[in-house]
Amino acid sequence: MLGADELVINMGPQHPSTHGVLRVKLKLDGERVIGSECIIGYLHRGVEKIAENRTYQQFAPYVDRMDYVAAVSSGLGYCEAVEKLLVTEAPPRARVIRTILTELQRIASHLLWLGTHALDIGALTPLFYCFREREEILKIFEKYCGARLTTHAFRIGGLQYEAYDTFEKEVERFCKDFESRIVEYETLLTQNRIWIGRTKGVGILTAADAIAFGVTGPVLRASGVKWDIRKAAPYAAYDQYKFEIPVGTTGDTYDRYLVRMEEMRQSRLICLQAIENIPTGPIMAKVGKVLKPPPGEVYHAIEAPKGEIGYYIVSDGTVMPYRVHIRPPSFINLQAFDRMVRGHLVADVVAIIGTIDIVLGEVDR
Amino acid sequence: MMQALFQATIEFLKLYWAPLLCGVAIVAILPLIVGYIVLVERKLMADMQARLGPMRVGPHGLLQPIADAVKLLIKEDIIPDNADKLVFWLAPVLSVGAALLSIAGLAIGPAFQIAQDINIGILFVVGVSALGIFGIVLGGWASNSHYSLMGALRSSAQLVSYETAAGMALVSALLFTGTLNIKSIVQAQSNEGIWFVMLAPVAFFTYLVASIAETNRAPFDLPEAESELVAGYMTEFSGFRWSLYFLAEYANMIVVASVATTLFLGGWLRPFASVHGRPHLLNFLDFVPTFLMAAVGAYCIARAPKQPTRVQQLFMLAVAGLCNVVGLALLAPVVVSIAKPFYAGVHGGFWFIFKVSLYIYFFMWLRFTIPRYRFDQLMRLGWHFLIPLSIINVLFVGIALIAGSYFHLQGWGLLLVTTPAAVITLCAALLILAAEKGRDKRQEPNAASDFYAG
Amino acid sequence: MLDKVLFYFFASIAVASAALMVTRRNVVHGAIFLITALLATAGIFLQLRAEFLFIVQIILYVGGIMVLFVFVIMLVNLDVALQQIQFARQKWVALFVALALAGQVGLMFWSSGKMPGQGLPVLTAAAATSLPPNSEEVAKSLFSSYLLPFEIASVLLLVAMIGAVVMAKKRV
Repeated sequence: MLGADELVINMGPQHPSTHGVLRVKLKLDGERVIGSECIIGYLHRGVEKIAENRTYQQFAPYVDRMDYVAAVSSGLGYCEAVEKLLVTEAPPRARVIRTILTELQRIASHLLWLGTHALDIGALTPLFYCFREREEILKIFEKYCGARLTTHAFRIGGLQYEAYDTFEKEVERFCKDFESRIVEYETLLTQNRIWIGRTKGVGILTAADAIAFGVTGPVLRASGVKWDIRKAAPYAAYDQYKFEIPVGTTGDTYDRYLVRMEEMRQSRLICLQAIENIPTGPIMAKVGKVLKPPPGEVYHAIEAPKGEIGYYIVSDGTVMPYRVHIRPPSFINLQAFDRMVRGHLVADVVAIIGTIDIVLGEVDR
Repeated sequence: MMQALFQATIEFLKLYWAPLLCGVAIVAILPLIVGYIVLVERKLMADMQARLGPMRVGPHGLLQPIADAVKLLIKEDIIPDNADKLVFWLAPVLSVGAALLSIAGLAIGPAFQIAQDINIGILFVVGVSALGIFGIVLGGWASNSHYSLMGALRSSAQLVSYETAAGMALVSALLFTGTLNIKSIVQAQSNEGIWFVMLAPVAFFTYLVASIAETNRAPFDLPEAESELVAGYMTEFSGFRWSLYFLAEYANMIVVASVATTLFLGGWLRPFASVHGRPHLLNFLDFVPTFLMAAVGAYCIARAPKQPTRVQQLFMLAVAGLCNVVGLALLAPVVVSIAKPFYAGVHGGFWFIFKVSLYIYFFMWLRFTIPRYRFDQLMRLGWHFLIPLSIINVLFVGIALIAGSYFHLQGWGLLLVTTPAAVITLCAALLILAAEKGRDKRQEPNAASDFYAG
Repeated sequence: MLDKVLFYFFASIAVASAALMVTRRNVVHGAIFLITALLATAGIFLQLRAEFLFIVQIILYVGGIMVLFVFVIMLVNLDVALQQIQFARQKWVALFVALALAGQVGLMFWSSGKMPGQGLPVLTAAAATSLPPNSEEVAKSLFSSYLLPFEIASVLLLVAMIGAVVMAKKRV
């Protein structure tokens, strides 16, 4: 047993820390991981095939169910992709409200990530604080579109629902309270010796490796690559607002933690800027009831909380798409797991799975 | 022969009926006490996590421990295939037995000690509680699961490593007393007029950290954590067997808290106990227990009208009444002259339980606040930092004592020599930490190597 | 009277545990019975008013050495050893040694003229309550009359510890 040769351990698919039905096979040499294999597909639901048998509007709710933690972002990506196919644009008011809701969703997704990641590493309390804030955001979503989790908030061409009366006031109140809450989380974790000991130097991904693997999102930015689609190819109303892109240096778990904390702050700033000046006007562009985009193909990507989510839609001129392919950020990011986990101890595996921030609904589709 | 045996039993009972009765009472009541400590922990955890905790079972969740106990007792007893039945039965028994036996050596107040006046008091408590390690190791082995065994071996390796540091910390404090007898230790703190935590703060800190590791509490609870790959040693034990392990863990917490209280925090002494009896300004501290109880009672009365249901209102008033009755009982030995002889017992008991509660509260507070250490970081902390620190501390406390006796220092005067000793030890600790950090930097693992090499 | 009963109680446990320990097939059971034998011996120390030896026996032997035994048993694969026949070659040597020891013990009892339990010949007996605390006595003798053996023993332990660390270190 001691000093024996390689041992293969199976982790999951039922495991408290794999954040879904992920199965990981670890090859160990004593305590060190020398190889790993992620076995996915436990949550495959054939979403892309279903898309070929639904009209464009009918397919929109399916998109929420992939990354069920950040449904609003996925919805935004899909609606904008179809709008590109239709060569239309949502009106300015719709774009600004979309931006506000998407940034709130980014904060909510990062809060869930923070709570569960801290819980995996052993800090019991941040989970409850994060969920307290997430609850406020979900209340706003519920008041807006009736659903908390799988929101279907946007429609192709704009929005269906007008922002409710107290929308701006509530978003403003949330953003004003949120700064002190982020300080609360940071007090518990950022300078904590044990937290630093568990996350610094763990799961290092160099910039070259990150680009080679096609990793996007906070994982890429923590490795030192300053790439954010909101700045590189702005969509919705992002070109109107001033915000920073946090970038890390070493690409370890601690850097990814710092990058996501800063992203929450920046999202809050975007929301505050946006609600000061929501343009008036229509919320829905002039698209017909029956959508028949001209034949062609489009790839549209946005910056979801987990990375770049891309929609490749091929239209053949009928009401149903010919092919929809979704580029899920978690799926691509998970490929870097093997690179990140080699040479670490078994106890770090859980931390590394948490730091990539995967949602199996998105990985498996 | 039977006659002789019978006579010997009668003789034994006549001598030791009181401790025996106390022992039986403790074994009967301790599970209940532990259950309520768990309830307090859950309520505390909830409070620190912005929620309420158990509220449904009984008013404010007060019957929750009873519900949990009943549930555990009626659970199906599952024994894994191919498990060694004798050892599977024995392991939790060993854990609980060791924990409960070490409680027998503790003195809760000057009037209450089950095993009266053992010469080796502290050593007995520490040594017998160390027998609990077997409960863990044998439990992991008997589960017939590779992961349980590794978890058990890790847990016991952790316990053994931190035992040395804890023992050395205790030795530093024992240098001031010259005896292992628990009552004499507290008496020595009363004679000096100063608690040993002030004379040996580094030892207290070391014992605090080591005792957290000894009881497998966060942040040293990796062997027990659910989110780790290697399942803990308790995994295969269900129902009553698991509750025995649980009871052993909390009883161990009570034991280490009591040892720390006895040695460092003045046992059952009130702060500034040496001025008791003489007219002195600080004797207002005699009224502090009553004041605390009255404050709790007043708080309950204030909150009673705000309770949602009638039952809960009446309940709050009942709790308030209980607190006030206890407060009056604590007041009596101070003011009423016929009750004065009971002062030592009653107030001693209160202060001891108060200090033990503070220590355990600190354990719980730490559990909810900080993440847990990885196993290698845990072992490194124990071997590379705590053990050298505690050995250096013993050395310098010894030197300080010799200097103290040379200059005929006593009581608070000893602070003159022990504070420099503590400062030097702290500098040594910082040096050790810096050396560790330097060693870590030199051994930094290289970043991921060539893509195609993996 | 109570003394006698306690002595026989602990002694019988010690003998029975020792006998069970050497006859068990399962090594962990053997270790458990060794633990009980050591605990019973500690009980005898306590009954002889040597409380320091009692607790040191528990802390060192049971809490230290037996934990080490149990660790090694669990980490080493013992299935191979269990298959071998236990009492193969040493039967006759063991019998001879056991008879020799029994003869010596019997000779000792016969020459003292007392039965077990009636007390071995002691030079000067003292009442139990007038004995000084055992810890102090042990400490006094360790640091005065037996100082040299004590220091040599500690140096030996240090050498053993260093040797163990050196041998177990991984060659980098």
